[in-house]
Formats: sequence, structure tokens, C-alpha cells
Amino acid sequence: MQAWRIDVLVRPEHQDPMGNSALRALRGAGLDGVTDVRSRRGYLLAAELPEAQVRTFARAVLCDPVIDHFVVHAPDSTAQVAPPGTHMVAVVPRAGVTDPVAHSVQKALADMGLPAVAAGTYKAFDVRGAADAARLLQAARKALANDVVQDVLLDALPAGLPTAAARTDVAVHPIPLAHLDTAGLEKLSKDGGLALDGVEMTAIQQHFQALGRAPTRMELETLAQTWSEHCKHKTLTGNVRFEGRLIENLLKSTIAKVTHTLDRDFCVSVFVDNAGIVKFDDEHSVCIKVETHNRPSAIEPFGGAGTGVGGVIRDVLGTGLGARPIASTDVFCFAPPDLKPAQLPQGCMHPLTLLKGVVAGVRDYGNPMGIPTVNGSVHFDENFVGNPLVYVGNVGILPTARAHKQARTGDVILALGGRTGRDGIHGATFSSLELHTESEKVSSGAVQIGDPITERKAMDAVMRLCDEDLFSAITDCGAGGFSSAVGEMSEGLGAVVELGDAPLKYAGLSPWEIWISEAQERMVLAVPEAKLARALQVCREEACEAFVLGRFTADDRLVVKYQGAVHADLDLKFLHKGLPVRVRDAVYVAPQLSEPALAPEQDFAGALRAVMSDYGVCSKEWIVRQYDHEVQAASAGKPLCGVKEDGPADAAVLAPKLGSRRGVLLANGLNPRYSRIDPAAMAECALDEAMRNIVAAGGDPDYTVVLDNYCWGNTRDPQALGELVRATEALCDLALQYRTPFVSGKDSLHNEFRAGDRTIRIPGCILVTAMSIVPDVARTLTTDLKRPGSLLVLVGATKDELGGSVYYKAKGHLGRNAPRVDKHNAHATLRAVHRAIGARAVLSAHDLSEGGLGAAAVEMAIGGKLGVTIDLQKVVATAGLRPEQLLFSESQSRFLLEVPPDRLPDLTANLAGVPHAVVGEVTKEPIVAIRNGGAQLCASPVAELEAAWKRPLDLDQTLVAGGAK
Amino acid sequence: MSSPKVLVLRAPGINCERETHFACQRAGGAPEYLHIQQLLGKPELLDGYRAIVVPGGFSYGDDISSGRVLAQEMKGRLGDRILRFVERGGLVLGICNGFQVLVRLGLLPCTQNRLEEEVTLTHNLSNHYECRWVTLRTQKSRCVFLPAGLTLRWPAAHGEGRLVARDAAMQKLLLDEGYAVALYVDAQGTPTEQYPANPNGAPLGMAGLTNHSGRVLGVMPHPDRSFLPTHMPDWRRTQLERGSLPEDGDGMVVFREMVRVAKAEG
Repeated sequence: MQAWRIDVLVRPEHQDPMGNSALRALRGAGLDGVTDVRSRRGYLLAAELPEAQVRTFARAVLCDPVIDHFVVHAPDSTAQVAPPGTHMVAVVPRAGVTDPVAHSVQKALADMGLPAVAAGTYKAFDVRGAADAARLLQAARKALANDVVQDVLLDALPAGLPTAAARTDVAVHPIPLAHLDTAGLEKLSKDGGLALDGVEMTAIQQHFQALGRAPTRMELETLAQTWSEHCKHKTLTGNVRFEGRLIENLLKSTIAKVTHTLDRDFCVSVFVDNAGIVKFDDEHSVCIKVETHNRPSAIEPFGGAGTGVGGVIRDVLGTGLGARPIASTDVFCFAPPDLKPAQLPQGCMHPLTLLKGVVAGVRDYGNPMGIPTVNGSVHFDENFVGNPLVYVGNVGILPTARAHKQARTGDVILALGGRTGRDGIHGATFSSLELHTESEKVSSGAVQIGDPITERKAMDAVMRLCDEDLFSAITDCGAGGFSSAVGEMSEGLGAVVELGDAPLKYAGLSPWEIWISEAQERMVLAVPEAKLARALQVCREEACEAFVLGRFTADDRLVVKYQGAVHADLDLKFLHKGLPVRVRDAVYVAPQLSEPALAPEQDFAGALRAVMSDYGVCSKEWIVRQYDHEVQAASAGKPLCGVKEDGPADAAVLAPKLGSRRGVLLANGLNPRYSRIDPAAMAECALDEAMRNIVAAGGDPDYTVVLDNYCWGNTRDPQALGELVRATEALCDLALQYRTPFVSGKDSLHNEFRAGDRTIRIPGCILVTAMSIVPDVARTLTTDLKRPGSLLVLVGATKDELGGSVYYKAKGHLGRNAPRVDKHNAHATLRAVHRAIGARAVLSAHDLSEGGLGAAAVEMAIGGKLGVTIDLQKVVATAGLRPEQLLFSESQSRFLLEVPPDRLPDLTANLAGVPHAVVGEVTKEPIVAIRNGGAQLCASPVAELEAAWKRPLDLDQTLVAGGAK
Repeated sequence: MSSPKVLVLRAPGINCERETHFACQRAGGAPEYLHIQQLLGKPELLDGYRAIVVPGGFSYGDDISSGRVLAQEMKGRLGDRILRFVERGGLVLGICNGFQVLVRLGLLPCTQNRLEEEVTLTHNLSNHYECRWVTLRTQKSRCVFLPAGLTLRWPAAHGEGRLVARDAAMQKLLLDEGYAVALYVDAQGTPTEQYPANPNGAPLGMAGLTNHSGRVLGVMPHPDRSFLPTHMPDWRRTQLERGSLPEDGDGMVVFREMVRVAKAEG
């Protein structure tokens, strides 16, 4: 469709941050000759709009009269646009990719009384100093755009707006299966992107054979979505043969069993809803969910991470009878950002590009939603190169009386929020296949671009529908779209659906595409007939599109129609219970590893700097500052703390009910590197770290719940599955000791990248997220040192546990002695530290994790802008440890506490039976002085360590003089 | 007059309305939510209020530019009515996105008492969103509800907060004639254009504006996220030094003053 092109430019006398940013990006991509870049914000308006109106609109709305000017290009003009001496690159969304701004342009047209013609956007850059146009184009594709969703044009503007498809295929399409053997069924599954194996396809074949008919395309697609690993967790809920035992339903007999055994009274609803629900106070509960969005993020980090955030927010919004989202948490795993381009397998995005894209995605979805991102962490390992991990979590609050939902026969199925497009088709099944060199191209249909404002409107509408009690059940549209949402809600009931009324983003979608599309920002509600009119009215008032999708019935059938024609008529019992239960073999063979033979450390100052500048340890301020962690005014403990708000926090502290000081603490634990040695160590340490973080911030270990989020290499391999079982059992043993119930969890079990003949598998990871309820946020702590003269007390025993440590990594080793948790004493330690904090004997506290005592002490000093002296000989430890082992061991269940000298007796009384010792004190002079008895090992200025700690991810080069390394 | 009625504007993408509402209430006001759709349908509803607050957020996604679409929506049917509301003694507070909306609407700085865009709030020099606590020094200004001489710590949280005037004369006027109500200051208390004390690079460190009558106030940083003592980033140190927490956080003064003035004039 032909269109007017309007370029809006910042006038030359004003700064152009977008142009400057592009300049840095192009130079970073190797175009050293580029001297200047000016940006253009481009708009497309359908050619039918008269030129005078185009100009009026551009002047009044598109252009900032104070600093901008604009240029209008006629629909048929192909004239050279770039000023002499420059090349212009235009970045244009590909057809079908969501363009949220276009809708606002149409709205603004209508607000001015102009016709709301079709609209679109692009951006462009006038680049000066790029001698080689071909190289510029190539660099721009990587540095300014993402090929998957954006096209890059050189010295040309987009010709016009994408044209809608002419014809829609609305036929029913029966797919005959009866004649196929297993190989034929598998081929059918593979060609159709169904991700079902031979056994599953055979079960479907038999089901339809018994019915005497072929399944329709929509029925097959529905089964594939519902039976996908993503939705059904086939591996974790399957049976496993391991070390001579048959474990029936792994999840039920491990994780869920812990929760049921513990039977904690604050668990309101676990494992049955979108999110786990936990009692907050007499009136309210909080709910929490964490999941992964790895696949989409590997291909399109910005869209993938953003829609991950959007998805988990909808999970919470759809928990119980609607929860208000109050906080987000995000944890990422990447390959090291300094990976040399030559080491990057073909088809992978560079980890730094991924990191920047993911952070921008979280930022540009979470911030507009008005939900603070309060907590997170980033981890690095070479094997995340093809499969970065993007964990996204959300916490919500809801009245406890509204914690349970049930759709009823006769309720109307109301869908609201975003429109349905072709985006995200086969996302659920895509996540069950391994990534490979060509994934970028073949799977782009699974990529979604978020539209946070549409979700915000949906959220505002749902909150008002909650206030007026207008629905009986709610769920989000996530993987599998309507098919999963309606399929889940209608279990035990039945439903009739009419897809013909669904508002679409563009014409041309087949009924089965509407049914399984994973277009974002949609919710599905069960609304009693009598409340429908009011519910629709509320949605209108909130400018949130809503339509009747169908009705719940009582015949246990899922009937899906398009303009009256039946496209699916499925037995819900078969849909939900027909998936064959699998038995998988698992083995565990421990890797052959050894401890490195290292010479005694000669340079403690250098070792401390090396540990602080490890990517895992270093400051994440560049990331944290891009997230809104203050919105909703609940924050009482921020991600960065201390005198200059730059010390790391252990846990986020929120007081979510304005006017009340009752609080929620949020923390996490993860260390992928331990998994290379022993997945059991990785699992235990994740739980212990999450708990330590909670306790250090003032949380009660006995009022804490946890979540398990698995990301594994490829559990079809018995060894990988064995590692998973081993990790799970260790995790559950420890959780029983801690009496911490699991309230929710999720898994992503196919994180493997095929590059030629090389297969790269991620280390098995369990992210443990912990949430704790505290009576008064004013009694919580931060990590920054408060007062010179305070004593430093190290709680917990230090052992020869440097396997997988940052210290070994800095020396180029892995080691063998990964930390393990002393099950019998760990819980007592957590409780004792909590008691001591309750007795007001502690001014600041920090848990010891990556980098051990050394990193913890330095971080506390950075936060407080004070110094420390530490004598390693005072540390309670296994006999014979060398000073560097004492300083950098990553033994678990340890804390460093700042204690006023006059409070020491109280502290000691509360720590009775738990190993602890005064190891040093806080000094006014900002120097980290480490000695071993009489021998001074180092005296490093805090400023120097702070620079080492801040530099690695100082990506804007603003945190430290000298910028990123 | 007991509790002055305060209109807390809602609109698609506005997302700080709950804390803003609470802060108004805490200050002794009687806040009420009103959705922009309701207000556009019945602009005379404005007349029932003593003050209007446009909260922060991302109205309409901040598509095209921050606050632009909402300002455009309000311009035709509400712009002049809000001008008259102010002339009759009403107060208007715009926070962050609310400030951006008031600027696009021409209500700030409004040196000529007519709706005209004299300044803009545009992209931070970093070219990205940034959330960090800043220190503000309030200036001797026309504003009737932000006292001069205060040093305040509020969180800034925006991507388009760089306040740029139409020309040098306008920039000078803002400072000299008491339109610039608050400046970003560094550790020494000196107004600054340097990051990070000035998070967006605004010339002269300008962080907030009032209008010619001093009854309209717009600020980029958030008093609505700093009105409780536990909002403050370093409240634990304060608690330790004072022995207890203060009654208010630094943002509360705006809401208290707004309600006090509305009451006194009521």
C-alpha cells in the first residue's frame, strides 16, 4: 500500500541522543571511519490522506515544535533523501511484526478529527564517514537492527505499508492418519512443527481410529499445544528409572512431595494455579511465578525478553480471581560478554548483543507496565553461547478470599486485551526442539514483539472487573494461545468456541492460526451471563478491547467453530489425560575432575581485583538503573544500597500495601558453574544462597517459600536426566530441612545448540527464587557497612570448597571440591542469624557467595564507603587451609555481619551452637586490609576495588573513569 | 474547608495513580480517580475539584514522544478549560509523565498565559531510561506550593527528561523569572549538567517548572515515590543516626503544601 513518508529530525543545533547512540553502535561494529550520525523518526501514513492533512498532523503531533523539524516524502517519490556526503540506513519492521506506535498514530489522527488511515513507523540514520556502503549495510543489520524482525534499507525509504493478505483459508482440513506407520507419523509431526514423538502420534492415531474419522488440522494443533513439553512438563511429570529405582512422576514424588509433607499453613494455593499463593496478612495473599523465555530471547532478545516479562505478568494477573502485579524479578545467563567473535558459533548472536537486547526488552516492557523490577542476577558460562537463559518472575497481591476460581457451565468465555495475529505461532512446540544454525530463519514465526500499553489496559480492566466481582475464573493466554487457555479452563466442563468474532491484527489468518496464535497481551475470563453487559462496559471504559469467544458447557467436549463450521470437536478427557506416560532411563556418572595444584597466592591485592571484576561478581548497575524499581512506591530496600546507592543488595524489600509496613522480601540463588562439577551441589547451593539472601536482609527463614526453575541441556540424554534427578533429590532433601515449601516452578529442558558436528549444552541450572513475609520493613537490613568501629563477625565454617569458585576461574581452573551444604547445621545457622538480627545485634549483613569472604567484605565496604580489616587466622575453618582458601572459599551457610561492639554478647548468645568468630572490624579509612595473623596480605583502597568491580559491565562508560574493559 | 478534593487523572499507560492518590490522602486531601474518557465526556467535572494531579507513567506508551498522545487528546476539549481552572485558583501538579503531558499541552511554563509549547522534555543524553535518586535544590520561584531553599532527594525515573527551552532567551527567562522551581545539584549543592547527579543532561540542571501564576507545577523526579520515610534510599542510616525514622520522606512536602494551599484558599 502506498504511503506518505514523514521523517522527523532533531534540528541541527540540538543534541540527538538516538543518533549518538547509533554512532557508538556502528563504531562498536568496526566502522571506525563514521564521524557523525543523525537520526530520523519515520512515519508512514496511507496515501489516501491529503497532503495538507499530512502536514497538519506532522506539525501538530509527530514533530516536537521546540527541537524538531520534519520532511514529507510523497507516496510515489523515490528521490534521494540522505544529505550529500552521507549514507542513509532505514530500519523497517518486517510485515506482520507488531508495531505498537502505529496504533497510537491512528488514535492521534482520530483525536485531531482526521481520518485514522493505516499507519506505520520506521527509523533511519544519516551516517557520515562510512566509505564502504556494503559494509555499512552489513554493520547496520547487526548493530542497529535485528534481521529477524527488521529489514534494513540502504539509501532508500520504505516503499509503503504492508498489504493485507488477499484470501483467508477457512477450510476445515482433515488430516488422515490411519494409513501412516510410526515413521510416517513422526514425519508428519516434524513437518508440521508439532513436536510430538511417535508414541504420542500413535496415541492420537488410535484415538481417532476408534472414532472412525481423521483429526482436523485444528485438532492436531490443539493436541500438540496441550501435550507440548512447555505445557505438560512431560519429562518432569514422567516416570524415571534411576539407579535401580523407578521414580513415578518425578515432580510429584520430589518437589510437590516436599510441599505436601511440610504442609505449611501459609500456603494458600500451590501447584494448581498460574502462580503459588501465600498468605501475606489477615486479608491479603501474595502470589509468585517465575518462568523462562529462553528460545524467543535467543533469536530476538528484545522481543523475547519483553514478551517474557509480559507473559509472567499475565500469569500473575490471571492467578486466583485476579492478582495485582507488584514486582518483577529477572535472572539471565549468557556466555561471557568478551567472547571473541571468532569463537562465536554460526547462527548465534554475540552474548553482549544478547545482554543489551534482553535488558532493553525487560526495560521497555516492565517500565511502561508500571511494575517495578526489583531483583535479579546475571550469570556467565561459555556453554550459554547458543542458549542464553532468560528467567522472568512476577509477584502479585490479591485478597485471600479471591484465591480460588472455578468457571461454571453457562459462563461466557470473554477474551480481552490485544488482538490476535500470526505472531508466536508454534511457540510452545518450538521450545521443545533444539536450536541450530538455521533456527534464526526457520523459527521467526515464534518471535513476538510486545505491546506493553495494550497489556496495561488489559490489567487496568481486569483490576476493575475484580473490584466489581464480575467473573468466576480467569487465565492468561500464554503458550498455545486460546487453545491452551480455553482448554485448561474448560477441563471438567466443556466449551463451545466461535473464532469468527475474534478481532485480528490483520486479515488472512486461518481459523487454526487464530486458535493457537501466541499473540501477546490477551486474557480469557469466565463471566456469568448476568454480569456480561457490565463487564463489557468496564472494558470499554478502560479502552480495552473485549469480545465473546464462546461459552462453557457441561459435556466435556471442546468444540471450536469458525463462522459456524466445526473445526474441532475434542474429548477433553483425551486432551488432558490421553498423553501416554513415559518411562525414561537416567544415569549419573560423576565427571572425572581434580583440584588444581596452585602455588601459594603471592598477590592478594591482584587476586581480590580479579575476583571483583569477574562478570558474575561485578556490579550490575548499568542494568539495574535501566529498570524502574521504584514505581508503586512499595520499595523499602532497593537493588543498590549504601551511602551512594551503589552497593549490591541481597534481597528486595517491598511494603506493597501503602500505609502498612508489612513487607515482602524477594531473592534468588543460582550458580551454574557448580553444575559442571556436581549438579547436586548446584541445586543445594542455589537454595542455600536464596535463603541466605533472605535472612541477611532480615527475613524469617520459617516464613519463606521457594520456587524451582529448571533449565537443562537435553534430558532425552540419560546422563543429563540423571543429573537432573540427582540435583532434584539434593534440592528436596535440603528444602525439607529448611521447611521451605516449593510453591511454583517451571522447566525448560532442551537447551542445546547444534553447530555443525558440535553440540553445546548448557550446564544444568535450577534457579531458586525465595519470597519471605516480614512484619515490619523498618526492621530489614542492607549490606552496606554503617559505622567505623563495628566488629565484623563471620558466621559459618569455611572449608576447602573452591571447586567452581570465582577464584579458581580467575586462575583458569574448575576444580573438584564444589561447596556442599551441611544439612544438619544449615537450618540452625539461618535461624540463629535471623534471631540475632531480630535482637538488633546487627547493623548490616551480607551473605557469602561467589568470591567468598573477600567479595562479601569488599561489597560491604563499597556500599558503606568505609574500610575493613580482616584477620584470616580468626576464621572458623577446616585446619590447614591457606589464606587464599580462607579468603575465597565458597563454602555455604556463611554470613558476614556488622556488629556494634556493645552488642557482641547478644549476638554471641543468639549464635550459640553455630560456628562464628569476630574476624575484623570496620574502619573509617576506606581500605580493605587483609592479614593472616601477623602477616599483612593486602591493603587495597576501596576506590580501586570499586573501580575493578564496576568496570566490566559499565557499558555506557559512565560509572568509572575509563569505562568498560 | 476540610479536605480539598483532588482529581487524580487516569489514562491508558498512566501507572503511578495509586501512590499519587495515597500521597494526596496522606496529606489530608480528598483524592478521586477520574479516567480521561470520563473527563472528555464531561469536562465540567473539573469544576468540582481544587487540584488536579497528572501522575507519572507512560501514557499511550509514550508513543511518538512522551506524553504527546495524551496531550493531544486533551488539547481540544480540555486545554482551555484547564487554563480557566488555573485562573480561578485551581492547582495543577504533573509528575514525570504528567509533567511531560503539561509541557506538551502548553500549560508549562505558560509564560504568556496561552497554550503554547515553549519548552520540551526530550531524550536523556544517555538515550535510555534511567532510574536513580537525585538531589534537588528548590529555587525561589513563582510556585505557590513548593517552598524555596529545600534540598530534596527524590528518585528520577525517565527516558525523556531533558528540559530544553525553545531558545536561549526562554532558557534565561525560566531561571531569572522564577519558572525553574528545582535544579539537579551535585554533592556540593551546586546546580549541575553532569551525569549522574543530573540524570538526563538538562541544561542548567532544570528539573521542574511552574507557570506564570505559580499554580501549576511540573517535576521530572518523583515525590510520589519518596513521601514515606522508608522510601528514602538510605533510611537505615538515618534511622541509626536519629534513633528513629522521621515522619515523612522528602517527597511529602509537595503534597502537604498542595493540600495546605488548597485548604487555605478554599
